[in-house]
Amino acid sequence: MRFAVVVFPGSNCDHDAYHAAKHVLGQNADFVWHKETDLRGADVVVLPGGFSHGDYLRTGAIARFSPVMDAVKKFAAAGGPVLGICNGFQILLEAGLLPGAMLRNRGLKFRCEHVFVRVEQLDTPFTLACRPQQVLRIPIAHGEGNYFTTPDELRKLEQNRQIVFRYVNEAGAVTDDANPNGSIESIAGICNGRRNVVGLMPHPERACELAVGSSDGLVMFESVVAAHVSGALTAAGSAQT
Amino acid sequence: MRARVFVTLKPSVFDPQGKTIADALHSLGYSGVEDVRQGKYFELELAAESSEKARSIASEVADKLLANPVIESYRIEVE
Repeated sequence: MRFAVVVFPGSNCDHDAYHAAKHVLGQNADFVWHKETDLRGADVVVLPGGFSHGDYLRTGAIARFSPVMDAVKKFAAAGGPVLGICNGFQILLEAGLLPGAMLRNRGLKFRCEHVFVRVEQLDTPFTLACRPQQVLRIPIAHGEGNYFTTPDELRKLEQNRQIVFRYVNEAGAVTDDANPNGSIESIAGICNGRRNVVGLMPHPERACELAVGSSDGLVMFESVVAAHVSGALTAAGSAQT
Repeated sequence: MRARVFVTLKPSVFDPQGKTIADALHSLGYSGVEDVRQGKYFELELAAESSEKARSIASEVADKLLANPVIESYRIEVE
């Protein structure tokens, strides 16, 4: 399986995502510079974390106009799996590939710590290998992860089961204390209506080996590899060629 | 021509920075400051022949880039 890890000026988790795909899972992986217009036959696209374009104006607001984003949009429209992590999630929101927007964290602090998230939906390419309601211990590192959307849009997210991850405590319960940034409904990650585009603020790629404190994030990458092997992603792959 | 664009969070959106500033002002003794909303301010120098045209360009770039319609609204002044 071929991973494309998009690199924007200011991306700083690109190597973590590349490492998880290439060295931990033994898959093919390419860095794709944001000025490129071709995803080079990728089977899955990762928009990594970081501070694209210095977070100027709003997080992800400038990156959404990078030339590579046209290719990412086409890839997503063809059903290809796209994972946006942290700043990558913010870019997907600004690009309109996922609904909603990010506000400054409720407490105004940049939060950098391990948190617990509960997997709410298993029928996405990045969660199909998870157990129902599985609780993952993975890190966050963001100042603007306070997910917001309108009441109408929130209703749609709930009805269509698009809330994929919620912040929880260690026991797996949603509590206000376990919500690190004030996100509406403790939302840590969502998917689009078609379920092939997933964005989340926590960093699964930084939790793929016990040597870094947790390997709970690995299951998300194993999921997309399993989806590829099972043939569920072939339609998107052929649309690339 | 110059257009000024003021971008603010919509009234329905909580503004944690504005709230912190208001709290700071209260601790300085400005109890009469009832609320603070923080926003962004842009000055656009525009090659436009009329103020209508300038307003139209400013509005277009505000829609496209300067403001995020999910959380923000904007106001334009042209001179």
